[in-house]
Amino acid sequence: MGWVGEQMDSIKSLQIRQVLTQGVSLGMIVTSALIIWKALMCITGSESPVVVVLSGSMEPGFKRGDILFLHMSNDPIRAGEIVVFNVDGREIPIVHRVIKVHEREDTGEVDVLTKGDNNYGDDRLLYAHGQLWLQRHHIMGRAVGFLPYVGWVTIIMTEKPIIKYILIGALGLLVITSKD
Amino acid sequence: MHSFGYRANALLTFAVTILALMCAMASISDNFNHPTPSAHVQVLNINWFQKQPNGNDEVSMTLNVSADLQSLFTWNTKQVFVFLAAEYETPKNSLNQISLWDGIIPSKEHAKFLIHTSNKYRFIDQGSNLRGKEFNLTLHWHVMPKTGKMFADKIVMPGYRLPEEYR
Repeated sequence: MGWVGEQMDSIKSLQIRQVLTQGVSLGMIVTSALIIWKALMCITGSESPVVVVLSGSMEPGFKRGDILFLHMSNDPIRAGEIVVFNVDGREIPIVHRVIKVHEREDTGEVDVLTKGDNNYGDDRLLYAHGQLWLQRHHIMGRAVGFLPYVGWVTIIMTEKPIIKYILIGALGLLVITSKD
Repeated sequence: MHSFGYRANALLTFAVTILALMCAMASISDNFNHPTPSAHVQVLNINWFQKQPNGNDEVSMTLNVSADLQSLFTWNTKQVFVFLAAEYETPKNSLNQISLWDGIIPSKEHAKFLIHTSNKYRFIDQGSNLRGKEFNLTLHWHVMPKTGKMFADKIVMPGYRLPEEYR
């Protein structure tokens, strides 16, 4: 009897009480993942504490598929920092480096210009039409940590959704059929 | 108990845990490095200095940048991003930072350098405050690790001054 047959048998032998228990444990796994994510949001103060690098514009520092950990504190933004920002009219956030900062004396507001390390020119072409500077509210967070390659998992899953469904299905089956 | 699935799961969990632990240790080991970098910057020439039609001052200059950043490199260092910024105060802005030159240092062998360059990015003020302006030149560096926490620091070099007249 192979592994598949074994799993099939264990599905057939399920009792109603057991099904409920498995359902609860599945729920526990999902909610604990959610709790960890929300806790990270609280700790880092950023609405997405982890981002995946999608383009090669920061190479050779960050390659496609690398993971960045973000932090959003009230510290002022300074030149050289790597920030993640959202431009009006664009859905996907961009990870680039700050090259110019002008901070107001009276209000403390900042005008920021960014550039990708691997790009020839600055980011004014990426900004909304006629926009010269980024303000504080465009910036979602600054990168503080780095982990290579791990982001490929999510890139593959968004580009090939079939793999995502297979993976979720297999994991769900494992959770339901596991006995301990 | 000892099915294929359980063993594969145990092996995978163990491998990922060890990998995560090694990444964390590599990142922590960076804290034991106490770098002693040095830098020297010279403004050789003001190429031109003018007021744009929209009222903002712009200046172009030629610089000599020499630095020794070798001590920043550890075994967990992927690259060092280094840039030279002009920093000054104006009545309107409490801080202006303008990157004039930047570079990526891929390895320790390239970390001691002398570069002769004109400013790579345009030195434009927000307004017309640059005549006779005193400014700092600051060499910043950001250490990008192979994995883990990023480090940044700087050397501030004060006492530079722009000319009193446009040219």
